[in-house]
Amino acid sequence: MMNTPQQVKNPSSSLKSRFITRFLGALTKINAEDPISSPSPTRIFQRYRRIKVASNKSMAYSVRSRRIWSRAMLSRFRSRRSAFSGRRSSVKTTNCTTINVTINENKTAKGGLDMQTDELRELVPGGEAMDVCNLLDETAHYIKCLTTQVQVMRKIVDFCHLSK
Amino acid sequence: MSSRRSRSRQSGASRITDDQIIDLVSKLQQLIPELRGRRPDKVSASKVLQETCNYIRSLHREVDGLSDRLSQLLASTDTDSDQAAIIRSLLM
Repeated sequence: MMNTPQQVKNPSSSLKSRFITRFLGALTKINAEDPISSPSPTRIFQRYRRIKVASNKSMAYSVRSRRIWSRAMLSRFRSRRSAFSGRRSSVKTTNCTTINVTINENKTAKGGLDMQTDELRELVPGGEAMDVCNLLDETAHYIKCLTTQVQVMRKIVDFCHLSK
Repeated sequence: MSSRRSRSRQSGASRITDDQIIDLVSKLQQLIPELRGRRPDKVSASKVLQETCNYIRSLHREVDGLSDRLSQLLASTDTDSDQAAIIRSLLM
């Protein structure tokens, strides 16, 4: 873990550091297990899958359980690992369904908004069970994390290009 | 209207006001490159939501594409010894 002295550090920069450390560690591992210089298309595809999962996992683990979306993602990973797991993610659904019904009945702009959120709910991990406020808040954080992922991955790609 | 809301007794989000939603939507708007410069009152909430979905999807695609490129680049790059250098340059 990064042990830089934290004065008034931006919390998102330490999230970024955690992500970088984890993701680079995962990449090193993936590379070490597959050190063929000209692998077959199948191997490359498998590697692509592993890298993508590593990227999403690294971000989710870096956020830990501080966010609904990260918790949903982490429990998804865990239930994938154990094939016999019958446990779904323990997201509170009861309260939120009530709110959704309430908003649907309300004929204000909020009512229309709720229909629009269906699409968003599918894109944000754990979105199905969130109330509108949480959904919007979680979406903002999720987007920030995705852009960090993309930013870091781009830099790694550039670095790999340069060092060839 | 208020009687309908009081039906839903939530501890965390007891009364979702329009203002809260407007606030959150404009916060979201600032994150989306397409809509960032525009005034919040000129952009409808449904437009923000639509663009948000599009943006998230494009970010997913980027992660996809970058994973793809990395899978091909890694074959010929030794990340082990360069790791420290990468970390340093990335954090600057």
